[in-house]
Amino acid sequence: MDIVKDGAAIRAISPAAGEPPVVELGAVAKTYPNGTRALDPVDLAIRAGEFVTVLGPSGCGKSTLLKMIAGLAAPSAGQIRWWGEGFDAVGRAGRTLAMVFQEATLMPWSRVHGNVRLPLDLARTERSTADRAVAAALALVGLDGFAQHYPRELSGGMQMRVSIARALVTNPALLLMDEPFGALDEITRGKLDGELSELWRRKSLTVAFVTHSIYEAVFLSTRVLVMSSRPGRIVREVPIDEPFPRNDAFRVSQRFAMHCRTLSELLAAASDAQ
Amino acid sequence: MTPRAGNGGLLRIGAPVLVGIVVIAAWYALVKVSGVQKVLVPSPVDVAEALIEDWGLLSHSLLITLRITLAAFLCATVLGTLIAFAFAQSRVVEASFFPYAVLLQVTPIVAISPLIVIWVRNTEAALIVCATIVAIFPVISNTTLGLRSVDPGLANLFRMNRATRLQTLLRLRIPGAAPYFFGGLRIASGLALIGAVVAEFVAGTGGHGAGLAYQILQAGFQLKTPRLFAALLLITVAGVVLFLAMVWLSRLALGHWHESELAPES
Repeated sequence: MDIVKDGAAIRAISPAAGEPPVVELGAVAKTYPNGTRALDPVDLAIRAGEFVTVLGPSGCGKSTLLKMIAGLAAPSAGQIRWWGEGFDAVGRAGRTLAMVFQEATLMPWSRVHGNVRLPLDLARTERSTADRAVAAALALVGLDGFAQHYPRELSGGMQMRVSIARALVTNPALLLMDEPFGALDEITRGKLDGELSELWRRKSLTVAFVTHSIYEAVFLSTRVLVMSSRPGRIVREVPIDEPFPRNDAFRVSQRFAMHCRTLSELLAAASDAQ
Repeated sequence: MTPRAGNGGLLRIGAPVLVGIVVIAAWYALVKVSGVQKVLVPSPVDVAEALIEDWGLLSHSLLITLRITLAAFLCATVLGTLIAFAFAQSRVVEASFFPYAVLLQVTPIVAISPLIVIWVRNTEAALIVCATIVAIFPVISNTTLGLRSVDPGLANLFRMNRATRLQTLLRLRIPGAAPYFFGGLRIASGLALIGAVVAEFVAGTGGHGAGLAYQILQAGFQLKTPRLFAALLLITVAGVVLFLAMVWLSRLALGHWHESELAPES
């Protein structure tokens, strides 16, 4: 399972030997009370510094998987460990999780600044510290001048940036993203993918990303988990062993096309097998 | 929406004013042409005369009706909001008591006001109780609905950030419920006035503490139809002013974010 290599291909992240994975799933399964098998047993470990993408068709349980990692849903079987411990470990010693949802999910009555500051307010962070963190987070997503705007005054892409800034404001040790750009147009999505990749590199983030876009998965990830639906399960793990930073040239390269073909064949095979 | 800038305001204010003028002119003309008696249908001029002549009497009654209306509206708002909070905090409480809140709504106030007049010694207090009962339901139901209508995504966000119950209430539920709450207030303001007038008809107060409903009854008995019309006019104007005040309040509170209060885009 250990995909993170110490090669030049992946940026210099060398987790201390023996350090537990950020999150580790052991035979985690989800069956709904009505008997629907949303997710068959999954084994998965995400290490610090990785960008892991879960790729699969609608209804394959990829969002459920992410929700369980976020602690928003409990697995019906199996075990999840965060930093080698139970969910209690989350939130302690800077080991925070943050999630970006399919929609921007901003509070319409609150300005951009208030929305981004929310996680800090809820954690009762001191005001001046919080305001500095908000300014830094807004700068990261390129929204410096928009702190006093209301969400409705922003485009869909900008609202999503606010959502990302809100997730980054706590310096999360693990950033969960559930099809964050799915509702955006292709051009905006490509632009935000590029910015996200840059952010991940510059801020040494650890990201678990869910998408049904093959291109997005190849462009962003260090590793892709291909899922099939009914019942949801991981059919294959594909490392995307390409150097960072990745730019538009990468999107049109032979290697990019090759990875896309691999993933698309895996997805097709998985859906045929049903 | 509007073809030219500025037309919106003209249409919104000018058109209803024009309709009003035409109706009053037609009313005046019909009364004059048909020669119908003042006792049956007074002309607008007769009503205006009555309004000026009896202003001392009518304005005193207007103040009493307004006082009862506002007191009832205030009670309905405060009590209704408190009840809604109790409902929103616990499904058990809501399931147990909501049917009885509906009971308040569907029972005609005319049918229960004699009881309240018997139970509550002070007449004005009795009238306030009646009007409150009429006005409280929309506040309860709208505010409860609002407090429950939390965006599931935001609810998850609050959970992930380990928000306490109080934090979720103050930062998520209450702001989210505000548009529903103000919608409830708009309905309740009108109902409080209706409740105050209807209750007075039934309770039959008189003398010094008489509101507009009493003046209408008296004017009817004495065949002073112009005065009856004048009192009616005052009730209507009071209702409209109350409603406009609620619209203004709602815009003040929500204007910066909620769809219902935003100006349409060019």
